Amino acid sequence: MTGPGMFRHLAFESADDLVFGRCPRPLRCGFGVELGNGSVAPEVNFTLPAMTLCEATWSQAVDHYRVMATEIVGRALFLKAPALVLEFEHLPPMTERAEWGAEITALLLEILRDAQERHGLASALRVTVVDTRLRQRPPRVRSDDVWLPLEASLRACAGAGAHILSIESEGGKEVCDAALTHGDVDGVLLALGVLAPADMDWLWTRIVGICRDSGAATMAGGDAACAFANTAMQLANQRMLPETFAAVVRAIGAVRGLAAYERGAVGPWKDCGYEGIILKAITGSPISMEGKSASCAHQSPVGNIAAAACDLWSNESVQHVRLLSGGAPAAFAETLLYDCRLMNAALSTGNERVLRDLLVESDVCLSPQAAILSPQAAFAIAGAIVAERTPYARAVAAGSKAVELLRNARDAGRLVLSAAELAWLQRIDAALCAAPSDVQELLARTQSRYGHLYDAASYGLQ
Amino acid sequence: MTDLSRLSSSVLSGDVNTVRQLTSQALSDGIAASDVLALGLIAAMDVLGRRFGDGEVFLPDMLVAARAMHAGLDMLKPILAGAGVAPVGRVVLGTVRGDVHDLGKNLVGMMLEGAGFAVRDLGVDVSPQAFVEHVRQDGAEIVAMSALLTTTMPEMKTVIDALCEGGVRETVKVLVGGSPVTETFARDIGADGFAPDAYGAVAVARLFVAAT
Ligand code: B1M
Repeated sequence: MTGPGMFRHLAFESADDLVFGRCPRPLRCGFGVELGNGSVAPEVNFTLPAMTLCEATWSQAVDHYRVMATEIVGRALFLKAPALVLEFEHLPPMTERAEWGAEITALLLEILRDAQERHGLASALRVTVVDTRLRQRPPRVRSDDVWLPLEASLRACAGAGAHILSIESEGGKEVCDAALTHGDVDGVLLALGVLAPADMDWLWTRIVGICRDSGAATMAGGDAACAFANTAMQLANQRMLPETFAAVVRAIGAVRGLAAYERGAVGPWKDCGYEGIILKAITGSPISMEGKSASCAHQSPVGNIAAAACDLWSNESVQHVRLLSGGAPAAFAETLLYDCRLMNAALSTGNERVLRDLLVESDVCLSPQAAILSPQAAFAIAGAIVAERTPYARAVAAGSKAVELLRNARDAGRLVLSAAELAWLQRIDAALCAAPSDVQELLARTQSRYGHLYDAASYGLQ
Repeated sequence: MTDLSRLSSSVLSGDVNTVRQLTSQALSDGIAASDVLALGLIAAMDVLGRRFGDGEVFLPDMLVAARAMHAGLDMLKPILAGAGVAPVGRVVLGTVRGDVHDLGKNLVGMMLEGAGFAVRDLGVDVSPQAFVEHVRQDGAEIVAMSALLTTTMPEMKTVIDALCEGGVRETVKVLVGGSPVTETFARDIGADGFAPDAYGAVAVARLFVAAT
């Protein structure tokens, strides 16, 4: 059964069962890759160096992808990797010109197929398109002029054989950006508890349909709250936002993700919003996470703890530049491969909980953002979410639980918060306690601040 | 005589009404509008900038203070304009074509405004022609561009070429930034300055105007 409100229970008996490499609902995909069935595989994402992407340079771009993928596969074979997942994350022109995205998809598949046939390397290809619907302000995310080109790209990539289809969708971002810069909890609730879930519901119904049309060759992989939670983290990294705020935004961001599963997405969830562990606790489906080995893309305070319950371990993205050891994508593939080797050795020797707990322990006291990503904290937030029925009520519940966890950790001396962070935690708490009791009241309360930024009809609100 | 440090405190606490009242009082006490601006309003933003650097306040607090500062500034603007006191400098700002990352660009804009620059924010996905047109229209001294994607960085060079073709390159300084942008890249494409963060952007912009 799918549909809004389908998740009423958690997929695990206890937080202690939430561990990397194991899922109640494992997946099999691509050229023989098993996800969440007792092992962790690397997911390598790679991108172009500084260059113009246009008709005249397209063949150079294709060459870059060929070289990057070939080198990554070479490194995986050299290190006797049992499995490898590649993520081809589009750059905007690759979605805008559906045939470009499809061409690279086909190229990467050919390289992976060859590695499987000649060397027995199990592999899969995730293709992530760009959400190109939000260029106009206010965006009309459901209108044909923005949806049809995006749909064409999704279909072209599925048609070219992508094993896993993903997107970092952005519906609600037009409000969330403003809410983040003003540190406004009501605005975050509007963006992540109302607009984004409505958009996910609409968008993922369609993406699941496209995957179904592909004859189930392509899996509806999932999304990520990159435009929301990762953005908040980047702002906190630059000390623009308190970390407590970013942590609460991440917890609330999980609610939006659930809407994709409710429409039939199966995972693996994408890495860059870090809310995956909460979603794994609810859905039991495999997730990709990124942490210390994504330092090529951006800094984060959750480098180890992010691996606690991952099923794919990703580097987010690295550009094709030369390092002493070869191309940067191959170098980061090696880092991921060794991370996975260690996790897989722990799994095969029954030590996975020991390693998981060390990964958690090394980060959990040092940052509020880490404090809400431990299996215990994620489990508690997931429980608060499924106890409610509507996305809005879930958003308030997730935020409130995150605040409670942070306060308890601080009171117990397990988390040090500066005076400024503590003051913000109190502000967030007060705002959540005073949150409107229903969506209508929230819409009315936020109308003057955000009403001009979004088109209500595009979110089914009229 | 109005105590301008009280005006600064009101800006810091985001108290719009008191800022309006003290600005008006200072002007009727005969304090020069340029002094009210520098010693009352901008001084407060400088203090806030230091607190921000020390992690005591965050962007949302800055925005609250900025709103209060603008309440005072709006009262000073007609007088400053009448007296021929121009803003510190005029900036045309945007994220280049093909790129919609805008948080960094917005922060640069806010900090520049806080430092007294008049900023025309063209938004994201801005064409080279739009940069050129607005330089002409506003008589801007600075073009500030942001790019976050490796594939949109070269667009900064296209804008510089368009400024040359449009005959306005000599009249502006070009400032570039964004996470993949480096000082070397900036130099290679013929930009006049690079900054790694929003504070750096203000510092470079100040140097630009000091040099003219
Ligand atoms: C004029 O003078 C100056 C001076 C200083 C200047 C300046 C100008 N401009 C900036 N600065 C400097 O001062 C600012 C403040 O101190 C700083 O600005 P920043 O912008 O650096 O900092 C901000 C305050 C916080 N930082 C950010 O907001 C960017 C963070 C990361 C994670 C990021 C985010 C959040 C987003 N993204 Co995007 N995103 C990434 C980013 C990772 C990274 N390493 O940057 C990057 C840049 N994105 C990437 C990608 C691939 C993409 N993104 C995309 C979309 C998005 C979101 C919309 C989801 C979101 C942006 C939200 C927003 N409103 O801007 C897509 C492209 C959309 C497009 N057309 O542009 C998409 C293509 C993803 C997809 N497949 O959909 C990658 C780039 C890869 C490449 N080849 O370059 C990326 C490195 C992440 C990754 N995957 O590793 C300084 O750089």
